[in-house]
Amino acid sequence: MQPAQAAPMYADSSSEAAPIERAKWPISDLIFQVCALLAILLALSVIIALLFDIFSDGFHRLSWDFLTSFPSRFAAKAGIYSALVGSFCLMLLTIVFSLPLGVGAAIYLEEYAPKNRWTALLELNLANLAGVPSIIYGILALQIFVRWLDFDRSLLSGALALTLLILPVIIIASREAIRTVPRTLREASLALGATQWQTIWTQVLPVALPGIMTGCILAFSRAIGETAPLITIGALTYVAFLPDGLFSSFTALPIQAYNWVSRPQEAFHANAAAAMVVLLIILLSMNAFAILLRVKYQKRTR
Amino acid sequence: MRIRDIYAPFLLAVLVLPAWKTNVDAAVPENLSGTIKVDGSSTVYPITEAVAEEFGKIHGDVRVTVGISGTGGGFKKFCTGETDISDASRPIKPSEIETCSANKVDFIELPVAYDAISIVVNPKNTWVKSLTVADLKKMWEPEAQGKITKWNQIRSEWPNQPLRLFGPGIDSGTYDYFTEAIMGKEDASRGDYTSSEDDNTIVQGVANDVNALGFFGLAYYEENKGKLKMVPVDDGKGDNGAGPQMANAENVIEGIYQPLSRPLFVYVRKQAAERPEIKEFVQFYLKNTNTLSPEVGYVQLPDKVTELATNRFAERVTGSVYSGGHSQLATLEELYTKGS
Repeated sequence: MQPAQAAPMYADSSSEAAPIERAKWPISDLIFQVCALLAILLALSVIIALLFDIFSDGFHRLSWDFLTSFPSRFAAKAGIYSALVGSFCLMLLTIVFSLPLGVGAAIYLEEYAPKNRWTALLELNLANLAGVPSIIYGILALQIFVRWLDFDRSLLSGALALTLLILPVIIIASREAIRTVPRTLREASLALGATQWQTIWTQVLPVALPGIMTGCILAFSRAIGETAPLITIGALTYVAFLPDGLFSSFTALPIQAYNWVSRPQEAFHANAAAAMVVLLIILLSMNAFAILLRVKYQKRTR
Repeated sequence: MRIRDIYAPFLLAVLVLPAWKTNVDAAVPENLSGTIKVDGSSTVYPITEAVAEEFGKIHGDVRVTVGISGTGGGFKKFCTGETDISDASRPIKPSEIETCSANKVDFIELPVAYDAISIVVNPKNTWVKSLTVADLKKMWEPEAQGKITKWNQIRSEWPNQPLRLFGPGIDSGTYDYFTEAIMGKEDASRGDYTSSEDDNTIVQGVANDVNALGFFGLAYYEENKGKLKMVPVDDGKGDNGAGPQMANAENVIEGIYQPLSRPLFVYVRKQAAERPEIKEFVQFYLKNTNTLSPEVGYVQLPDKVTELATNRFAERVTGSVYSGGHSQLATLEELYTKGS
């Protein structure tokens, strides 16, 4: 059941605005334009330098063997198999935990929560939580999940730590997406006798979903590159087996790279660069997926 | 787009995940299985990794995991019984022994290799030919903070140029050992030096600054010989090789690179050593460490010391040989002959 008509979520404002009269531009405008251009060039050149650096260091190490070998003391034989699978499982669990919690919280705040001081306080804290450094979440997770709940240094603890980390981001992104669903849609649904739950499930969520997914995928790609909380909860470095359950020990790509970078041998540094290339490829494809999702949605609603 | 469509694959994958087993049926002589948890020093890590890798080839069903929480961080987990074996780049401290005994954790202390702390300067540094322990103390002692800032304050014939010091962070076992060996007191040093937890950063620091001096494990020098110049160290004693000595394997084995040769250890929880897979792993460790340690950049122990360590483990002798107030600088052979 798709809504017959929905307002575009990302309204293209330029097409609606009146064309700007291009009169005489003051010199200050030109200066600002140049400054803005320099800013974007600077940001881009940093990214390009970074990409060039790790690709030139690590590209020659990329091979099928590198992806399917366990860590080894010989840099040439070492691979990222356990780290890659570990990162993948970690991501999977993080998605399963954070998506229903985050979207649920966003639905509550947008659709059900009364507008009072308590809600305002909640909203303020959410924004604050999104800015808390990741290592703090690691310390929290170490105490709660590893020690109190005795999950040990397992995949489950790692995923829950990452869930804590990205939950505020997911809630904020989901709220933004839900808020863009036009009010008229809800009113129409309610007027036809649908309950509030039916309205949310069949009207609001389907329209908001691409927006929610875009925000969530960006949050997940932040989580996949995180090292600090995983190091804090004590993720391991040498793991020569694949995780076989929630309570299994694990390692992850950023941790494997972190360890290789600190080794004295140059060959291990190349391995670290190659592991980073793999991580970047995963990350960029996740981001690309988020963009595709948005583009596809925009086309459909027009 | 339906919510179910997006969510279903993930849910399915999670349901399948626990059932997903690695089917490695290697030929196992004794059919050992179980998990061995090792954590601790990142300096000792490469040796334990090498041992775990070789051990895994024989006992494929035993899962060895190795972490790098640092020597101190490793002991925190070890002394609460969270781990079975702790890697350490310095002997266990009295405060850590107390935590262990409060949690009824008995440990067996086993030396596994030597590392040499090398003193390095920039290759363009032409004036430093050697350093005495007294010189190093003058540079690094807490009293030097803010006062000793130029090379000519150490020896008057050296140039009037700034002295820039680089070293590992105060949490590292390397720092603990260096301060004990040079200042005679652990953790006593000036605070105004450039510190990094990553020894490669120290390498870069010294390689890019003609006025720099730094210290780190021998392996980091060996891998960066072209960028650094090693300074021989003179301990001022005649009985273990007169004059300044270079940090290298021969000098460490002969016992003449003093006082900056340091032993590396593993600590085994006595209760855990009852488990057959851990007993086998530790024996395997001691049997192979002298061939594996040099491969990863460390110096093997004299055979006599390995023999003493093997006996110590066989007899399950607990406690630290350093706890009776013995200096870290005594030779391992002396310490472990007395200790067992």
